[in-house]
Amino acid sequence: MSTSAEPAVAKAAQTPGPAPGRKPSAASRLAARASGGLAQGILVLIALFWLMPTLGLLISSLRDPTDISSSGWWQVFTEPAQLTAENYSALFDNDVVVGSLWTTVLITVPSTVLVVVIGSLAGYAFAWLDFPGRDWLFLLVVGLLVVPVQVALIPVSKLFNTVGIFETTIGVITFHTAFGLPFAVFLLRNFFAEIPRELLEAARLDGAGELRLFTRVVMPLGGPAIASLGIFQFLWVWNDMLIALIFADGSSPPITVALQQQVRQFGNNIDILAPGAFVSMVIPLAVFFAFQRQFVSGVMAGAVK
Amino acid sequence: MKTVTAGAAAAPGAPPPVAKKGVLGTRPWVAACFLLPALVLLGALVLYPIGYSVFRSFFGADGSSFVGLDNYGELFSNEGIRTAIRNNVIWVVLAPTVSTALGLIYAVMTERIRWGTAFKLIIFMPMAISMLASGIIFRLVYEQDPDRGVANAVWVGVHDTFAESSAYPGARPRPDSGMARTAGGSFTTESAVRAGDPANLPLVGIPPAEMPKEAAGAEQARPEGGKITGTVWLDFVPGGKGEPGRIDSGEKALSGITVEAVRDGEVVAKATVGDDGTYSLPAAADGAQLRLPGSNFAEQYNGVDWLGPSFVTPAIIGSYIWMWAGFAMVLIAAGLAGVPRELLEAARVDGATEWQVFRKVTVPLLAPVLAVVLVTLMINVLKIFDLVYIIAPGATLDDANVLALQLYLSSFGADSDQGVGSAIAVLLLLLVLPVMLVNIRRIRRERRR
Repeated sequence: MSTSAEPAVAKAAQTPGPAPGRKPSAASRLAARASGGLAQGILVLIALFWLMPTLGLLISSLRDPTDISSSGWWQVFTEPAQLTAENYSALFDNDVVVGSLWTTVLITVPSTVLVVVIGSLAGYAFAWLDFPGRDWLFLLVVGLLVVPVQVALIPVSKLFNTVGIFETTIGVITFHTAFGLPFAVFLLRNFFAEIPRELLEAARLDGAGELRLFTRVVMPLGGPAIASLGIFQFLWVWNDMLIALIFADGSSPPITVALQQQVRQFGNNIDILAPGAFVSMVIPLAVFFAFQRQFVSGVMAGAVK
Repeated sequence: MKTVTAGAAAAPGAPPPVAKKGVLGTRPWVAACFLLPALVLLGALVLYPIGYSVFRSFFGADGSSFVGLDNYGELFSNEGIRTAIRNNVIWVVLAPTVSTALGLIYAVMTERIRWGTAFKLIIFMPMAISMLASGIIFRLVYEQDPDRGVANAVWVGVHDTFAESSAYPGARPRPDSGMARTAGGSFTTESAVRAGDPANLPLVGIPPAEMPKEAAGAEQARPEGGKITGTVWLDFVPGGKGEPGRIDSGEKALSGITVEAVRDGEVVAKATVGDDGTYSLPAAADGAQLRLPGSNFAEQYNGVDWLGPSFVTPAIIGSYIWMWAGFAMVLIAAGLAGVPRELLEAARVDGATEWQVFRKVTVPLLAPVLAVVLVTLMINVLKIFDLVYIIAPGATLDDANVLALQLYLSSFGADSDQGVGSAIAVLLLLLVLPVMLVNIRRIRRERRR
């Protein structure tokens, strides 16, 4: 498993050079071009097919509820006048929805920061510090990589009840941090272990203490891996519904839970659901497009999760 | 793992020559400070719950009565949980394989295409959004009404291109018109028809708004020697000015309707109503009864009930594939980039077709990547929850049930039994156990090296 931040999408897209040696005949070149054209045509169709569901949601979110219930979203191609931002302005006037977006931010940002910080500390210790039982502990962390969150739902709800953080934002953050840690420690240990030993030893000779070494040398060098981890964790927490459903404060739930509560009356409130879902997607999509490379390398490193 | 430090220093039996105090010469308590937050959280919220779940699974709903393996017995006797297990099997078999197959196809197809990166972005994008949002997206896609759900709109469009749809659902004769309802939704005249005697068949029951716009006014059929002729029309004009049974001006022809002549249960002749509403049957129909077969009036084809009991699981799996095929594609494309070009070229020079190169060279070389993708997706699918909970409507939620959903409902639902919930959790854990062991073994091997 590679742990470095490889730009997989870009890398895989590189076109290989032409075949060396033998010159293809004109006929086979023509055939290749024709089949290439066909393949491209098919790919365009597939891409459109893949975009269609999202497009449907976007257009639905921009239509009047009466239009939505009487005809399909594709009608706007013939009647573009149907498009309206009405649903969105209603959505942003809705205190519950705006509050839930804020709750999502309040959960996601600390969960991400905590996983990065705690994971880096442990990853560094596993990579460069010596202590008894180090290998066993690391193997334990590797083992925890695939533990389903479902296993923890009942026990942790009881535990949080005892401690008094059940159905609080703190509880949700704690849960997400804990379940983000195995992957964080695994990813960062492997990345930190690749830092050249000489670099650390030189810093040590310069009189840097453990903490200084960690903050001034290891963390900056770990940038790419930390970025991957941060993005991955951010999306994971932002998009989570199950943990929030159980552990979040029901009176100010994050956006996923707020929307989930609306789904049961699906059909009557599509004017809230469609724009709400789209708004909940905007941040993850922005993060995705801005940091595709880091995201992809995070996904690749986390393929076992 | 090319670092000599980590693995070698701790390898038993081979103490490293220097660095006695530690890799970087630190004291254990410093390491403890670095590790403490992670270990506390992992211990309390991941490790301890595993033990507690196993323990709890042997106790009843109240949590104090020991019930032995009863909760596990419940997994296989409870109808709802059995449905969940069956659906999970379908999920684990279908979703990862189809996603991986599509990912492989996409990765290979885009490899040499200039805009391949853009294509990959489009396919990969759904991975960034929540299962909740995807669920809402696909609730819209799978709407039953073909006028609203795009899946049925396309499906009905395809269906109607190949199967003739009935033009006039709900149409029926006037009660006093001498026609009676017969088998299969058809209508048959009570008396036999005679050649030269126009046999008019007035129908009602179609709201004028639902008539095709291009429908022409009905004409009285002219008698033809030896043939049987007549008019089939909508015997109604808005405003109530028309007289029943008479072709009034403004009354529309029902073109396209099939008229059959039936004698002793056998169809002896057949005609289709023309644009002006008239039809004409050959002499063979003389003395037969006229029948308007039910296919004229069948309800319009309404598409597939995607979220109904029989299709709900495959439909939700479809949405999962939409989300995760991109994941498979990206990992496979990365693997593909590592395949040595010379190998493929050598095979081509030896005269292998593209398909052979794909089957015999590319796929075997990608086998390790494909295995990782499949296993990752299987683990992921095992825990599927959000998509099912959001897409399946209340009426078919039970038919779409999966283990993770059942666990949620059993543990936190209306009449919860956390003993059963814990048993499901333990079952899920047991199912991922082999992967966990393989992971641990692989890391151990890497570190020994």
